[in-house]
Amino acid sequence: MIWLKPSWQAVLAILLCLVAFALGAMSKPEAAALAEPAATIAYPYMDTKGLILALLLIAALVSTVRLAPLVEGVVLFVGAHIAAWLLIKGIGGFEGTALAPYFLALAAAWLLAWRCVGLLSSLRPAANGAKTALRLVIPAIFGAWILIIWEAVTRGAGIPFILLPPPSAIGARIANSLPILGSDVRQTIFKAVLIGYIVGSFAGFIVAILADRVPFLRRGLLPIGNMVSALPIIGVAPIMVMWFGFDWPSKAAVVIIMTFFPMLVNTVAGLAASGHMERDLMRTYASGYWPTLLKLRLPAAMPFIFNALKINSTLALIGAIVAEFFGTPVVGMGFRISTEVGRMNIDMVWAEIAVAALAGSVFYGVVALVERAVTFWHPSVRGG
Amino acid sequence: MDSFRSKIIPVTTILVGVVAIWYVFAVILNAPFQRDLDQRANETPGAVEFIGKTLSQPKPTLPAPHQVAVNFFQNTFLRSVTSNRSLIYNAWVTLSSTLLGFAFGTALGIVIAVGIVHVATLDCSLMPWIIASQTIPILAVAPMIIVVLAAIGITGLIPKALISTYLSFFPVAVGMVKGLRSPELMHLDLMHTYNASASQTFWKLRVPASVPFLFTSMKVAVAASLVGAIVGELPTGAVAGIGAKLLAGAYYSQSIDIWSALVAGSVVAALLVMVVGIAGRLVDRAMGGRPA
Amino acid sequence: MSGQSPAVVSASKLGLTFQTNDGPVQALSNVDLTIGKGEFVSFIGPSGCGKTTLLRVIADLEKPTAGAISVNGMTPEQARESRAYGYVFQAAALFPWRTIERNVALPLEIIGLSKAEQADRIKRTMELVNLSGFEKKYPWQLSGGMQQRASIARALAFDADLLLMDEPFGALDEIVRDHLNEQLLSLWDRTNKTICFVTHSIPEAVYLSTRIVVMSPRPGRVTDIIESTLSRKRPLDIRETPEFLAIAARVRDGLRAGHSYED
Repeated sequence: MIWLKPSWQAVLAILLCLVAFALGAMSKPEAAALAEPAATIAYPYMDTKGLILALLLIAALVSTVRLAPLVEGVVLFVGAHIAAWLLIKGIGGFEGTALAPYFLALAAAWLLAWRCVGLLSSLRPAANGAKTALRLVIPAIFGAWILIIWEAVTRGAGIPFILLPPPSAIGARIANSLPILGSDVRQTIFKAVLIGYIVGSFAGFIVAILADRVPFLRRGLLPIGNMVSALPIIGVAPIMVMWFGFDWPSKAAVVIIMTFFPMLVNTVAGLAASGHMERDLMRTYASGYWPTLLKLRLPAAMPFIFNALKINSTLALIGAIVAEFFGTPVVGMGFRISTEVGRMNIDMVWAEIAVAALAGSVFYGVVALVERAVTFWHPSVRGG
Repeated sequence: MDSFRSKIIPVTTILVGVVAIWYVFAVILNAPFQRDLDQRANETPGAVEFIGKTLSQPKPTLPAPHQVAVNFFQNTFLRSVTSNRSLIYNAWVTLSSTLLGFAFGTALGIVIAVGIVHVATLDCSLMPWIIASQTIPILAVAPMIIVVLAAIGITGLIPKALISTYLSFFPVAVGMVKGLRSPELMHLDLMHTYNASASQTFWKLRVPASVPFLFTSMKVAVAASLVGAIVGELPTGAVAGIGAKLLAGAYYSQSIDIWSALVAGSVVAALLVMVVGIAGRLVDRAMGGRPA
Repeated sequence: MSGQSPAVVSASKLGLTFQTNDGPVQALSNVDLTIGKGEFVSFIGPSGCGKTTLLRVIADLEKPTAGAISVNGMTPEQARESRAYGYVFQAAALFPWRTIERNVALPLEIIGLSKAEQADRIKRTMELVNLSGFEKKYPWQLSGGMQQRASIARALAFDADLLLMDEPFGALDEIVRDHLNEQLLSLWDRTNKTICFVTHSIPEAVYLSTRIVVMSPRPGRVTDIIESTLSRKRPLDIRETPEFLAIAARVRDGLRAGHSYED
């Protein structure tokens, strides 16, 4: 059968659809309606149940036929996502009543999406644009399915709101509390994180140059710096709060301490990274310490320095948020998280975490972009 | 041995310098409060007596090193290990969840790495998210995990260990992916000429090549794991553990207690990293690695 | 000896002993050598014979522990500080974050030349090594042979009369190497520089040099100095002439006499 090319995902999806169909009712109201055909009980998927299962079945069957991968991918993508959308939409108003077929259909849709991602990741397009698009689309589908399954399971199984709110509720919460989130971001990120990050990284850099100039200092500082990076520095937070008060300076102080040592250790390592031959070359030019530093050793150290800047971008955010657990004025991301947890407003906590995640990714992304521009010559960037 | 000696003198010098500066700052920072006290008591102590007093306040702004050392010593060696003021007891509480989380995290990281290296779909879809997950201040989730799990009746060791797991799986996963991909093309081609199966290539080439990467990332992971356990103790007002000691110290302004808890945490961290390092060296030697 | 022309390099009883963990190693012992202006001198010998070390002593990258050496009538240190020589390493050692042009400009920036003068020198040296048109490229965008040419341009940029080359073509394949040898000879002929050239290839040494210094290991020493009878103008096919082969045979004999072929 040369025109057939079944994948295990498609076969399993077909089986799941058939089992779901055989089991009948998708939800408890539907089961009740089936038991009492006379009564008019409203139940989910009155019209769409057949459509959902048919969509999944057709997409799965089409995918077993030998087709161009792109066509197959599109069919799977459309089938899986429309079915998932219908599933989630239909359960609205009937949360917590889903029966086994609901989850079987969800699993079938997920399998088809998996098959779709598998197909896409086996594609080797020639065009650069297509390559970039694929590199973005594949993880995007994966991320979307984490949200889809999260949404479908929390709503279908009726998981208590305080345990795990569905993503849609978190999204609504973010949209409704933008002013609060904004002021928290201003307090935590624009004051504590940025100031601490800049001061801490800069101080680490300066001390590293100093240590480079004085070998005795370097030999002493480097082992200490390496050891400190393994220590739970975050523990200084209560001390900083005692010293600098509840407002952002104490958080910035924690961030400074946390970002200082990675920068110190990495810069010292980076300054030693230039090759012997290059240093001999500078020597043959009778080049002094500072010209050699500026023209050879600092450029060669840039990959290391940016490595520290990237590590520090994460550490700074963690430091500032956790430091707020030890006391703040009534604003700030860490403050919001700890108080809303106490009030069991879990959706607000998730909203704050989503914002923190976004801020962290943006922060990291900006540093990574600058790194690409500065160290364009490094093999890891130019793709050597 | 020579490199050891060339390090130990500068390191000791700098540590001595740090302690000296610490004392100076202890006097400076504690002086205003002491002056206040003296004024109220109508005392005018001499300079030496004044400095002595600044270094022996019960709740100093900055405790002097010897105060921390005495507190650390008392709470470590002079208390029975079952007392909840004993640092050994508190360190053990934190350590147990650290180790549990570290074990889970390492296992999870290895499994994910093996998956990513062998399944192209996972490599394309999961790897970007794993990297993105590192940029997220995950410790912010800690309080929620603790409270939510407490709401459904899970308390104690497991929630803290979960946070440690989350923090420690990442470095291991990334390090292992790097390690499993570290064999050179030439070696992979060699296995190919033997017509070796994927599992043979995996066990005979990829795994041995990844071991140094594994231990390097485990050192990072165990430190992260400890931080996770400590932060996991903060939000619940946990009764025991190094994080709980820090929080209690912060509530009652027991600065000496905070510092000695910090020292305890640092000792635990240093020990953990050292143990992983030694284990790495032993495995390396057993595998015929050159003694460095 | 090259007669009345003033000595560019002159060494007498030169010795250098490295202190290592396995005890002292005599890298150079009793080296007597005078190099006149405009000469092309090759240093040849097996690895460990001290030929690179000798070049590094001339360049003040190593300090001798015995004897005396002068470069342009000065100590090597003074010569280095007055930028008396250009040095070409085994690898191109170009800075990857600078374009070829900026790499060539590196020594000029350190010396502190004006922008206009820099541009002028860059143009001249890029033409000298046939790299015109590649000024804006980055090193990694060029082939190995072109990279090494760029590094020669960098050594020529500040117009030092002495060029020290440490196996500059060792990492290149033979076809590229032949080509670069030819270019180097014509460059030497046009500029009348003094060149000290370390190699482990007998044909390369014979083809390029006016004098060949044969060295031997344990301890590193000069065992023979062979004057070339070839004219300054040398096409590549000179390497098949009996005259060329005779000189090559003498070099080989010199190496054998120094026990270079043992173990």
